Amino acid sequence: MEPLDIDLEEGELELPSEPMHLNLGPSHPAMHGTVRIVLELSGESISKADVQIGYLHRGFEKMCERGTWTQVFPYVDRLNYVSPMLNNVGYALAVEKLCGLVVPDRCQWYRMALGELARMSDHLTCTGAMAMELGAFTPFLWAIKAREMIWDILEEETGARLTHSFGRIGGMAKPPTPAFKELVRGTVPRVLQLMNECEKMLLKNRIFLDRLENVGIISGKDAIALGWTGPCLRASGVDYDVRKAHPYLKYDEVDFDVPLGKKGDTLDRFLVRVEELQQCGRILSQICDRMPDDGPVNCDDPRYVLPEKQDVYTTIEATIQHFKLVMEGAKIPKGEVYSYTEGGNGELGFYLVSDGSGTPYRVRIRPPCFQITNGLSRLITGRMLSDIIPIFGSINMIGGECDH
Amino acid sequence: MSEAALSRLKERFGAAILETSSFLGDDTAVVDAARWKEIALFLRDDSKLSFDMPIDLCGVDYPERLPRMEVVLHVYSTSLRHRLRMKARVGDDEMNGAEIDSLVPVWSGVEWLERETYDMSGVTFRGHPDLRRILMYPEFEGHPLRKDYAANRTQPLIPYRTEEEAGVPLEKLAPFGPDEGMSFGRRPHLPHSEN
Amino acid sequence: MGEVTRTVTIDGSEQGFATTKFDALLSWARKYSLFQYPFVTACCGMEFMSTVSPRFDIARFGAEAPRFSPRQSDVLWVVGTISQRQAPVLRRIYEQMMDPKWVIAFGTCASCGGFYDNYTTVPGLDKIIPCDVYIPGCPPRPEAILDGLMLLQDKIASGDRRPGVVKPRQDPADPKNDLVTLRTSASGRDE
Ligand code: SF4
Repeated sequence: MEPLDIDLEEGELELPSEPMHLNLGPSHPAMHGTVRIVLELSGESISKADVQIGYLHRGFEKMCERGTWTQVFPYVDRLNYVSPMLNNVGYALAVEKLCGLVVPDRCQWYRMALGELARMSDHLTCTGAMAMELGAFTPFLWAIKAREMIWDILEEETGARLTHSFGRIGGMAKPPTPAFKELVRGTVPRVLQLMNECEKMLLKNRIFLDRLENVGIISGKDAIALGWTGPCLRASGVDYDVRKAHPYLKYDEVDFDVPLGKKGDTLDRFLVRVEELQQCGRILSQICDRMPDDGPVNCDDPRYVLPEKQDVYTTIEATIQHFKLVMEGAKIPKGEVYSYTEGGNGELGFYLVSDGSGTPYRVRIRPPCFQITNGLSRLITGRMLSDIIPIFGSINMIGGECDH
Repeated sequence: MSEAALSRLKERFGAAILETSSFLGDDTAVVDAARWKEIALFLRDDSKLSFDMPIDLCGVDYPERLPRMEVVLHVYSTSLRHRLRMKARVGDDEMNGAEIDSLVPVWSGVEWLERETYDMSGVTFRGHPDLRRILMYPEFEGHPLRKDYAANRTQPLIPYRTEEEAGVPLEKLAPFGPDEGMSFGRRPHLPHSEN
Repeated sequence: MGEVTRTVTIDGSEQGFATTKFDALLSWARKYSLFQYPFVTACCGMEFMSTVSPRFDIARFGAEAPRFSPRQSDVLWVVGTISQRQAPVLRRIYEQMMDPKWVIAFGTCASCGGFYDNYTTVPGLDKIIPCDVYIPGCPPRPEAILDGLMLLQDKIASGDRRPGVVKPRQDPADPKNDLVTLRTSASGRDE
């Protein structure tokens, strides 16, 4: 009898397949509404990927050239809309660098505190959304619950839940409320506890781990050449955090660690974010201990800072000053400057060109996730279709920022 | 921060470095556009500079100057922790000849930045692997970040509905009327076209 | 359950029946089983997330099930800025939805373009597709969102397709500072 196992070439067994084109997004739930990925698939693995952004281009830079320097604040809020306060602080610092202003100590601590709260909300949203996209809905609900607590503080301070527009050139719109420290001290441990529970639930879950581990690996060197910054870069083991490397505000006076990943895979990016949350908590508790309870918040510089409301109504000088600042805008000295801070996703830079008038000549933002999204196609090429979701979730692309 | 880097550049390239300045700690070198790529390679490879991370690349339009467009590059060195801003000026007043070498072979991360600069300011990068629009759609005409592009000149991809089709009034007050919400100090060279 | 025209109880039994108009019953059913398609593009999506999550819990209003396929959903939430580039996508999604379908403009950007009055933003989604309820705010607070949903439910119940705007409950301009009632009347049109 003839043997049944005739020698067949491997290749003959495989059905011929044509590359298939698949269009992911721009309105796909995991694409955050604003990215389109055109894929060429062979079977289920991706042979080519074209990441297209720009679906949320809102002309930020053009709009900035139309108002005064202060009128840019609402626009920067809506760049990285998960952590608006960090953008506010970053932009305020950039303009102050150009004017040579240094805000009083109390304001520096205050900005740091609000910034760290915003960073927490950023990381919570990112980790929560990522878990949700992988099917774990409970951690998402917990993360949002924790985020609500943080937003409660921010609302108490600024009056707005999300888009605060709270920064000002040379200070903040309002001094901290009396209950601020108490609120932070009370809330942050609860947030961290919720996060611990999320972490436990996710990191003991085989499915979750399997989908993250060894997926989307990028080496530190590649990440640097791509211009990656922030948690994504640190997950690849590169120790670069603007807060440590070039301390601004009071970051050189507080004690915190910069968590680093080893492999640079999706799990590392997730873990770095989770660990950074704990570090934020540490920073916040130190801020609460050290922030002075009284003292000025705004600089005393009539060229840039609005006068007290009470004076505006009672003295003519203050009225004129107020009128000039609001109608013509603060005159920022001529020159150009690049200022950078650590945003939620990495180095958030502002390159400002001033021609000495009350209107910016050019405001250029360096959004961290623009560069990170640039590397996306490299990460997903060669992987399976289902890996896109965790990888994309872990780089935390924020449309408003990425598309300007 | 890195004035040493500036002097090293001047030493090496001499006349190709047109201007240098250090304003508020930002070191800037304006270089000859023809040697853009060569200088970038040097920035990356020289052991005293080793600028390994591209931070940002953008165009700044100065319509009253010649050459008109400034291409501004920011780089950072993760090992030496210093920064540099490098600029080149290109293009005449009609933006003809606004071309410069692509830096993708030097830092892979500038790929999208160059696409964006091309899209927004209209600078062409020679040797870029895939120079397409990135933020705007392919049908878009013009380059919105040039000063002569009116901020509200829209180019809709699909026609808007008319009121007859909708059956309800669609007219709303524009959030920014000609003199509403904007400062009086608004610069006149930003035309707000009538439509 | 719509307008009950007659109720009958059978003598000596706890059972009985009620009659109503079929249309009314249908819209009652529709009103409490909204399947939503969140077309989330921008910052407003953050507030949308909050509204879906435990504290505000949109599920109380029978609208918790998001369907990410336009063919299975009947409310389109347009959440965030619509850029010119996104406009064809939005219209296509709207066209794919089955009748009956409703559209909610979530946030100022979706309603009128917001403060992005420039070359890239569509000044309101009603330039592209019809809209039923506008929720102003940048971003609107979750309470306003729930008001918007309730307004839409009222409209569904009364079969009114004219657009409506969510007003603040507390109208600061009103000298009496009375509560502004949601327009629950059948006319649905605010004066
Ligand atoms: S209305 Fe405001 S919060 Fe909502 S998408 Fe527009 S800018 Fe963002």
